Amino acid sequence: MGSYVPTTPAEQQEMLQSLGLNSFRELFAVVPEEMYLEDGALNIPQGMSELEVIRKVSAMAEKNHVFPTVLRGAGAYDHYIPSIVKYIPAKEEFLTAYTPYQAEMSQGILQSIYEFQTMICELTGMDVSNASVYDGATAAAEAAAMCRDRKRRVTLISAAAHPDTIQTVKTYCYGTGDELRVVPMKDGKTDLEALKEMLTADVASFYVQQPNFFGMIEDAEEIGKLVHEAGAMYVMGCNPIALGVLKTPRDCGADVAVGEGQPLGMPLSFGGPYLGFMTTTQKHMRKLPGRIVGETVDSKGERAYVLSLQAREQHIRREKASSNICSNQALCALTAGVYMATMGAEGIAQAAKQSMSKAHYLAKELCAIEGVSLKHEGEFFHEFVTLMPKACEVLEALEKADILGGLPVEGGILWCATEKVSKAQLDKAVAIVKEVLA
Amino acid sequence: MNYPVELLYSKTHEWVKEEDGVVVIGISDFAQDALGDLVFINLPEVGDEVVCGEAFGDVESVKAVSDLICPVSGTVCAVNEELLDSPEMLNEEPYDAWIIKVENETEREELLSAAAYEAFCAEEG
Amino acid sequence: MKLIFEKSAAGHRCAILPACDVEEYALSAELTREVAPKLPELNEQEISRHYTELNKRVHGVNCGFYPLGSCTMKYNPRIDEETAALPGFTQVHPLAPAHTVEGCKEALDTAKAYLCEITGMDDMTFQPAAGAHGEFTGVMLIKQYHDARGDSKRRKIIVPDSAHGTNPATAAMCGYDVVNIASAPNGCVDLEALKAVLGEDTAGLMLTNPNTVGIFDENILEITRLVHEAGGLCYYDGANLNAVMGVVRPGDMGFDCIHLNLHKTFATPHGGGGPGSGAVGCKAALAPYLPKADGIRVKSFHGNFLVVIKALTYLLTLGKEGVPEAAKNAVLNANYLQSKIKGTFTPAFDRICMHEFVLDLSNFKKETGVSALDVAKSLIDYGMHPPTMYFPLIVHEALMLEPTETESRETLDQAAEVFRKLFELAKTDPEYMHNAPHNAQIGRPDEVRAARTPVLRYSF
Repeated sequence: MGSYVPTTPAEQQEMLQSLGLNSFRELFAVVPEEMYLEDGALNIPQGMSELEVIRKVSAMAEKNHVFPTVLRGAGAYDHYIPSIVKYIPAKEEFLTAYTPYQAEMSQGILQSIYEFQTMICELTGMDVSNASVYDGATAAAEAAAMCRDRKRRVTLISAAAHPDTIQTVKTYCYGTGDELRVVPMKDGKTDLEALKEMLTADVASFYVQQPNFFGMIEDAEEIGKLVHEAGAMYVMGCNPIALGVLKTPRDCGADVAVGEGQPLGMPLSFGGPYLGFMTTTQKHMRKLPGRIVGETVDSKGERAYVLSLQAREQHIRREKASSNICSNQALCALTAGVYMATMGAEGIAQAAKQSMSKAHYLAKELCAIEGVSLKHEGEFFHEFVTLMPKACEVLEALEKADILGGLPVEGGILWCATEKVSKAQLDKAVAIVKEVLA
Repeated sequence: MNYPVELLYSKTHEWVKEEDGVVVIGISDFAQDALGDLVFINLPEVGDEVVCGEAFGDVESVKAVSDLICPVSGTVCAVNEELLDSPEMLNEEPYDAWIIKVENETEREELLSAAAYEAFCAEEG
Repeated sequence: MKLIFEKSAAGHRCAILPACDVEEYALSAELTREVAPKLPELNEQEISRHYTELNKRVHGVNCGFYPLGSCTMKYNPRIDEETAALPGFTQVHPLAPAHTVEGCKEALDTAKAYLCEITGMDDMTFQPAAGAHGEFTGVMLIKQYHDARGDSKRRKIIVPDSAHGTNPATAAMCGYDVVNIASAPNGCVDLEALKAVLGEDTAGLMLTNPNTVGIFDENILEITRLVHEAGGLCYYDGANLNAVMGVVRPGDMGFDCIHLNLHKTFATPHGGGGPGSGAVGCKAALAPYLPKADGIRVKSFHGNFLVVIKALTYLLTLGKEGVPEAAKNAVLNANYLQSKIKGTFTPAFDRICMHEFVLDLSNFKKETGVSALDVAKSLIDYGMHPPTMYFPLIVHEALMLEPTETESRETLDQAAEVFRKLFELAKTDPEYMHNAPHNAQIGRPDEVRAARTPVLRYSF
């Protein structure tokens, strides 16, 4: 068996004796006999050596199929990850440290978070960012909670948001006993007429995803005007790569901008760990949940960083805190920071433009096939929905050719392209679709 | 510690004075000293109803948050928004740094004179 | 040191992407952002050096002793990092067809089976991303259970005053009123206080055992029985499971659901604050309410999957002997360190502890003027991470130490020696300790200034 206990049984016995005890059972004397597990009673297999463990877990990993070509997104995007982005977060100190409570020995983590906060503010155009939350879906739920006040309790969300986001926000609303109303779609986008009617005086906030779940670019500025006219708060869920080219949530009038940060250098990883980012305006700064790093000076007057505005948080406010979050996704925030530094503004804009261009190329080529059409009209970013016959056969044929095709949704297929797929890979996929439909 | 005689005090360390039928409320010197450096205050809005014995806001120090308990019931007619930007005024000039003004007073808890409050603090302190 | 933005130089860059090999799509001007984000411009070596410089200003478990109470800062095995980095796991799409991700399913099922056995639970979800997130999920199970039975009068969650702040915050997020009950003088649940608040409105009790002062509550069966009798359910906060894993099972103590902190108990690294994994286990009666397609969901997809892989790797390594061995030595190390320190600083509860113990420095502060904070900051000069400070709230001037099982006797002896030195120093030079640390990355930061005039991002 493997073990990370350094002391030998002889040392352990000496230590027990120094406490006036003879056995471990005596150490656990307070545990009633009826519930104490005797040696060997725990019904799991025996431990293994490192080599055996590597073999066993590798065998599990090999049972998964890795697709060299991924044309599926739907909330998890296969962007290229620069090499250095993998190495830096693997450094042992970054990896094994706890939350930076002790600023005097955590300046490295604190500064890296402060830099992350700044980069996310730059990307979104917003004033203030927190140190991250669990993922994009929980960021949306936390945003809904921060927008509610005594008079306005209802949350609105667009039906064109990611289904997991809608379900997560619904769960959080069920928790506090507040109502969530889903604003319907029209032609793949939020129905603005319906939204107008649903923006009643009890509405605290409206959440729209940009680009939305179906890849469509929402009329985010127009929505912002409607929401503000009704006196509600405007929450946008943004794809951070799309922000390389798209209007910022600040430009669209958002009060809170959140999003799934996975595209910023995190691998697909069967869904996690990813990164929720969360930003707001100066005005709502103190309502932002989670950890926030601030700049100050130390006793010698030198610049220093600390966890700041802690009186908002659960360890001080307890049942009056608006969120219970403490652990976040700090290492993923570090990863995103390194990604943004490596790509730079130009690199992120490139990734965005190429993803968008390749998605449009794929859409054009697919729609050139008889029987294939786009489900929705209008601008899209790097995802789109096609209608086609024999969708199941198409996806199976692609899979046989080592291509993960789009995701079946609402009678169509939701495709995604990123900068990582080459024209040749796209052409191959299109040829297979053509063959199946011929 | 300073206990101005023209003011009345609650046992939860708020001071109270009346100005033209309006009740002005702040926190005492004793309170600000016990709380330490205050960094933020959460205020109610004008028009909010406040209830005697219940919280009308809170003050934050770096590592603690304390409710502000209202010694009277009534309607908030003014809040000192200057405190939002300068919470240190609560530490520096607790008796100038009023927090809220309440009108249409309907109820009031039993308040202490300066001397009685000073004795009360001496016991607590 | 300089911020990354201050190192930026126009034109410095990394060559990552090739030219676009399809026709470029032009987005209409009204959809396009007007101003580019000001991200740093650096080449790869500059980036590498910047983050290496930052990394030198971080104290990890690999750097030295890290007895941060309640956080279980045990060694994070590197093999766990290696298995979690296998391409078969990292390059798998969360919505890939089920038959192409059977390895993921096997890994999750295996981890679930082992953790259910260790906790005495019947079912488990890995969706929650952290401990507090697990608490939310767990209390939502309780809420659904009562709601499904139409038992809407149950409005209250009972929480001891020694609890982690997340417990009351969680209960509030689930729409419950929080009833705080005072602890007994021995730090455990006061049975009379509990009885006094139990009733038809009790939804449940949230408890850690061992509790936050490091004591195993001997009355645990009586406590859970009383709550069940009143019609409530019992929630186990798994933050302190490292003391008892493989020795006692929360399920056998009478708990109905629990969360685990895989990033504490099961050795996955904390990453400077996350990602963690807050797996939630429950008894069969609550299993129908676990996250599912037509039920609750607390996060996208399947949770922090790679963190579960790390914990699974750890479990496979330790196995049936290694799991209790770790718990027993965590408890032994804590007691050994407590006994070594006892001649100087005073334990808040002078008795055999579990995996952690609390020092009460209130008398010490009265005598010397040196506070728990001063002692904590002084430890930094010795290369030791300070213990958890000023928690639990029921002990004044508290320092909470959790050495974990992965520290050697030599390390514990050295730590006790440092405490002894500081105990003496406080008598001769308290001023020096008020100003500690003296040899750290920075002096004490001005937290009042940080909170009064928040500067939360760099201004260009």
